[in-house]
Amino acid sequence: MKALDLRFRQQHVRVSENRDRALKVMHGRLVFFQVIACLGFAFMGLRATDLMVMQAEHTLFPAAEMLVHDEAMMEEQQADVVALTRRGDIVDRNGVILATSLKTDSLYVDPAEIIDKQKTAYELAKIFPEYTADELLEKLNLPRRFVWIKHGVTPKEQEAVLNIGEPALGYTQEDYRFYPQGALTSHLVGRINREAKGIMGLERGLDEYLASQKATEVSDGEAELRTTIDVRVQHILRREISNTIKEFQAKAGAGLVMDVDTGEILAAVSLPDFDPNNPPNPNAPEMFNRFSQGVYELGSSFKIFSTAAVLEFKKVGMGHRFDAREPITYGRFKIHDYHAEKRILTVPEVFMVSSNIGSAKMAEMVGTDNIKAFYRDLGLMDAPQFDLKEVSAPLVPNPWREINTLTTAYGHGIAISPLQLVRAAASIVNGGHLVTPRLVVTAPEDLEKTVRIVSEKTSRDMRALLRLAVTEGTGGASDVKGLLVGGKTGTAEKPSKDGRGYDRHRLLSSFLGVFPVDAPRYVVFIMVDEPKGQKHTFGYATGGWVGAPAVGRVIEAMAPMVGIKRRNTDDAHDIAAPLKRYVHFKEHDR
Amino acid sequence: MSLLPERTDQSLIGRWWWTVDHVLLLGILALMVVGIILVTAAGTAVALRINLPDMHFIIKHLIYLIPSVSLMFLVSLCSPRMVWRLGSLFFMGVIFALILVPFIGPEIKGAQRWISLPGFSLQPSEFAKPAFAVVAAWLLARWKEDPRFKGPQYVAALYTLTLFLFLIQPDFGMSFVLTVMLAAMIVVVGLSLRYVLALLPLGAVMVAGAYSFFPHVRSRIDRFLTPESGDNYQVDKSLEAFRSGGLFGKGPGQGDVKLEIPDSHADFIFSVGAEEFGLIFIFLVIGLYVFILMRALKNLRECENLFSIICVSGILAMFALQAMIHMGSSLGVLPAKGMTLPFLSYGGSSLLAMSLAMGVVLALTRREPKQSVAKKGLTAWRKGS
Repeated sequence: MKALDLRFRQQHVRVSENRDRALKVMHGRLVFFQVIACLGFAFMGLRATDLMVMQAEHTLFPAAEMLVHDEAMMEEQQADVVALTRRGDIVDRNGVILATSLKTDSLYVDPAEIIDKQKTAYELAKIFPEYTADELLEKLNLPRRFVWIKHGVTPKEQEAVLNIGEPALGYTQEDYRFYPQGALTSHLVGRINREAKGIMGLERGLDEYLASQKATEVSDGEAELRTTIDVRVQHILRREISNTIKEFQAKAGAGLVMDVDTGEILAAVSLPDFDPNNPPNPNAPEMFNRFSQGVYELGSSFKIFSTAAVLEFKKVGMGHRFDAREPITYGRFKIHDYHAEKRILTVPEVFMVSSNIGSAKMAEMVGTDNIKAFYRDLGLMDAPQFDLKEVSAPLVPNPWREINTLTTAYGHGIAISPLQLVRAAASIVNGGHLVTPRLVVTAPEDLEKTVRIVSEKTSRDMRALLRLAVTEGTGGASDVKGLLVGGKTGTAEKPSKDGRGYDRHRLLSSFLGVFPVDAPRYVVFIMVDEPKGQKHTFGYATGGWVGAPAVGRVIEAMAPMVGIKRRNTDDAHDIAAPLKRYVHFKEHDR
Repeated sequence: MSLLPERTDQSLIGRWWWTVDHVLLLGILALMVVGIILVTAAGTAVALRINLPDMHFIIKHLIYLIPSVSLMFLVSLCSPRMVWRLGSLFFMGVIFALILVPFIGPEIKGAQRWISLPGFSLQPSEFAKPAFAVVAAWLLARWKEDPRFKGPQYVAALYTLTLFLFLIQPDFGMSFVLTVMLAAMIVVVGLSLRYVLALLPLGAVMVAGAYSFFPHVRSRIDRFLTPESGDNYQVDKSLEAFRSGGLFGKGPGQGDVKLEIPDSHADFIFSVGAEEFGLIFIFLVIGLYVFILMRALKNLRECENLFSIICVSGILAMFALQAMIHMGSSLGVLPAKGMTLPFLSYGGSSLLAMSLAMGVVLALTRREPKQSVAKKGLTAWRKGS
């Protein structure tokens, strides 16, 4: 240190000169520094003024303005409460409520604001015994600013919660969607999700309409959606399908009741179903809609279309004969008859005994192009327009080969939904005009009857054939005295699980009934999936044994409700009577 | 008055009291008070957002203030000679810590900048800046007094080392501040303006290099130059805060920006202040910074110690630059860079380092007795040693 000091002293004079010169420069540069710093900060100040005064959101007194703004917001919100009432109700054709919205309060918590978590959790657990204090404490400890405690709190519970005196607990008013009919109309009405968005059934299909009623509804009944459903008929149909499933230990079932003139659907059932107030997992089998979303090879009911086609296109007489002595061999396929007659059959006989060979020959006669066009006109080749979004496109052979013309004639090789079958059958028996399946009531003047499917004559002939199939053929069990039931059985073998051919023991048995057949009003269809033969049916599980009696019971029960009286009918007045001269053999085993 | 030391008191404290710049000290303390207000305003919201107790940041900030003020006071007691001696030792320590960071530092948000100590994390780069200012100023001052001394070469070497240690973290904000600080010192030292102009392209090359080699820098600058090209969430929210603040602000605690920007208690404290307290307050804050700068620079212009002038200039450049980058980021006139606002933002290392730096400023701007007592030139203040 001493040496260093000495050297410094020696250099003192020169250092001193250097220093003075340097100091002068430095002091000058410091002014430069000052100017730059001032400019920089002045710029920041200007920019802040620009943002906060020139571009200001409010006037110069945001605090005062916020008060005004808050009040305006509150008024607006109160106005909203009045206007924004609720999602529209869904009612049946007689005004019975199928879905309605109830205002309920839902309890939430802001965990960050809570004062005493332990105490609050303990007190809440006393009010809501379905939760333990531990579960609630876990919720109160979540690192969020908003946690639901419970939806749909009752006024009594609400009072108890208020008495805890915890400011972090709050309520929001929510619409609770309630379905008073429960499982009865589950697949038709559907349900909504937590965000009040329809996710199934009419709630989904007409979601926009139902949601838009919020604004217009002022508590009068104007905002309800009036559907074509009749809960009484719905109940009958569901009861009978359910009983049939039990009786035959079947897997599932579905059914529809349709007004043949308007296409209005009075009832539609898919079993198993679910309670929309307490829905299962969205992928549960109960959630699957079998009447419009499921497509099936429905079997002989398709003969209604192939027979109508041959009558319409080829103008064949009822006496026209089809050789059903030998099974048809087509390439590697062989077409058999289930109730083999092994003889030459007339048109009524083919229909009555449900001859696959005869129907295939009819379709062959009509020709592939004609039959395809006919099916297309009947809406069997495309997904139908429907108020529900749960519709599927049918499975149509592609490419369509000659063999498909033959097999589709008796309902194999083409899979359609029951809705499509019912609609097409209704369009044939109602005089021949195409109907659109409807779930919403439409004014009569808006119903179009412009698209003709078959002539009046063909329609009349088909009704006679349907009646014959009941009085003399496979559908006898469906007859109700005085109600003139016509109909066609369908017994389809389900495709094998291994994907090769069909399984003789897994059936899809169905019956399509029309009544009263001389002036048809309704089509009733019931389909049962995998029924098992019972002792009292002699081991049979065909459409005639399973579907026909069920449809008969539905018709018997619903007729008085829809105002159809039983008539005193005898064979002479039966529209099937004139066909009897073409029938040479009496069927024994239905 | 009995509490205050007598004029003739020759004790360390007594001399300090009569030589330190009271006005400057008051300005710094005022900034600290404003800092407490702002951290109180923003801290609760941020703490609740990340699920900490509501008073977490406020209490920690107050706790950090105790060592900070003490450190500032202790450093301001030092003589210039003590400053550069201690500063050099401190600089060595900091460089050592910086070398340790890549090996023991935890990675936070994609960078390694911290050393975790029990109950406390240190950011060595914050301390490296004032330490570098002290060492570089001393080297430059000696060179000015004796041109044979290779001061600039040493400075260049130390700068390169420090910059390298900053860049491997990586910490571009700090690198930028360090560079500008050195530039300010070089300018003040009296480098011919011709050379200063010649250095400008070098700076441009450095910025271009950072832009092309570091995708993170590129994204920040791109988003600043073309706002529509990317996510400017924080800046948008910040501008919203300014616009909604108006002249008088929404009132304490009424702001929204602190709920929306994650680190608003540190990187966007200026916006929180603007929204809740208004333009008047913003002017007050800017005024305080300008006041401190001008007061210290005025003192420097009366100061005749080369080392003091260079060193304080560097520290003041750092102080001003950090404030301006913070303000500019939140005002949307500079690329978004998370930089603390000296003394106002929450942040232990930043507060400690700033206090240390301002302690140096206070120490070096004390009125030196040699001017009035004994005109013995260079060695007058060394009499005591």
